[in-house]
Amino acid sequence: MSMKAKNNNKNLIVSDGCCVQYGNTLALDNVTFSVSKGKRVAVVGPNGGGKSTLFNAMTGLIPIAHGSIKIYGEDPEKAKKKIGYIPQKNLINWNFPLTVRQVVEMGLTNRNTLNPFSKKNISIIEESIKQVGLKDQIDKNINDLSGGQLQRVFIARTLTQGSEILLLDEAFSAVDVGAQEDLMKIINDIKLDGKTILIATHDINNIEDKFDEVICLNRHCCAFGDPSEVMTKEVLEEMYGSHNSMFKNHTPGNHGDNNGS
Amino acid sequence: MGLEYLIEPFKYDFMLRSLVTAIISGMMLPMLGSFTINRNMGFMADAMAHATMPVIAVGVFFGFSISALGVPAAIFVALFLGFVIKNTNIGEDTSIGIIFSSFFALGFVLISLLNVSINLEDLLFGQILAVSYFDMYAILALFIVLLIIFLAFYKQMLFYSFDPIGAQIRGLNTSFLNYLFLIMLSLAIIGSLQTVGIILVLSMLIIPAASAKLLARTFNYTTIIGIIFGVISSVSGLLLSYYFNLPSGPSMALVATVIFILCFLYKKLRKPVYFGAPES
Repeated sequence: MSMKAKNNNKNLIVSDGCCVQYGNTLALDNVTFSVSKGKRVAVVGPNGGGKSTLFNAMTGLIPIAHGSIKIYGEDPEKAKKKIGYIPQKNLINWNFPLTVRQVVEMGLTNRNTLNPFSKKNISIIEESIKQVGLKDQIDKNINDLSGGQLQRVFIARTLTQGSEILLLDEAFSAVDVGAQEDLMKIINDIKLDGKTILIATHDINNIEDKFDEVICLNRHCCAFGDPSEVMTKEVLEEMYGSHNSMFKNHTPGNHGDNNGS
Repeated sequence: MGLEYLIEPFKYDFMLRSLVTAIISGMMLPMLGSFTINRNMGFMADAMAHATMPVIAVGVFFGFSISALGVPAAIFVALFLGFVIKNTNIGEDTSIGIIFSSFFALGFVLISLLNVSINLEDLLFGQILAVSYFDMYAILALFIVLLIIFLAFYKQMLFYSFDPIGAQIRGLNTSFLNYLFLIMLSLAIIGSLQTVGIILVLSMLIIPAASAKLLARTFNYTTIIGIIFGVISSVSGLLLSYYFNLPSGPSMALVATVIFILCFLYKKLRKPVYFGAPES
């Protein structure tokens, strides 16, 4: 299935039978869904369920072994510039005592950035920081910020890029409930600009209040759709049960050709 | 009176050459030191210094000076270390440890086998008073090149060191940045061998940067203060070695350590004044 760019409002992100393998393990097995513009989507599932792998495949970091993911009708490698990515906390080197301004500026840093004293992006950086409400913290050390404020810093980083799609990996891990509400508030604001947001999260409470759609991953896609409709007892059992026992006949090199049921 | 003590030694040519070399090493090593300590690469840097031994032994045997050997030796050591770490699955620490000790041992064996005329004590602990004009100009040229590369790639390297995945998605050439840093580090280390020697080069690389980290609140200030501490350590060490007839490399390392202890006590004993950012 190939999606033309003109259909992108309806099907901005299309995953069609996407499979990813690490060595002899199928990390994603025949995952199919499509997300339209401006939706807030939760990606839920157990540890090792493939949430980060899905994001890595969407940003072209790891190859797709079978099937495809199209973003704006393009392959991830081409489309990744349109994606604002917020990494898991544990993938960041927190030793570096950087300021809010420096982290946000990274959104505009690319392989042609060769002038350390350049001032040309200052207004974009300051505007993005203002937009997430951290104007007063702009020259603060990020290690002095709360978990919620840190999420805002990284959201500001994606705003500098003008990304239409935001991927937040494990956005709510190590964030308290107040900060979660806080982040949802910013996300709701961003949604007004029509941005599409995918958040990998372990928190499945009140998911229908926060998100338009949910992708339930347990290496395969257990369910996709409106959370109030698809988060059934059966889906939860399938999502948190053993993938291997459900799909014994799925192996590397022999995947995606049947639905395993 | 006091000022005379500072100026008097530099009426000698060899002391002037030593001073220029000391200042350059004092800037060059801590400049990269702030990245090194925050990326937890101290052990790697130490291994790089030790792994130069066999290259120097063979080079000197064929009549090259250490300064002339510097660039190719540094690039070889950096690429070799980077390649082995990336391609063995025995853990970074373990592979560094194997290369560190085996290359060091190989260096000693080669020096003995080839009967190379190297003063081992100078090679291990530095002998800045013996630098020639060629050595001085070589390290100056090296520093200028490293400074330009450092400034040009500062923002990219910071991004990659802080958030490697994010940098990769933004299209930065992360593999290039990784090897570039290893090569720069290796060049700075080899360029400073005459100043502080194989064993003590680590002290000038990481101690000034670590002291700066105790005082500075932001990364830019860590780098700048680290460079200032580096220059203070190297110049004071040189003066101490002149007046008290002490070995120069160890004197520099000890001054750097004293600065670190003072910074540590300052931070522990009183409410610190930070440089570079408002306090929370």
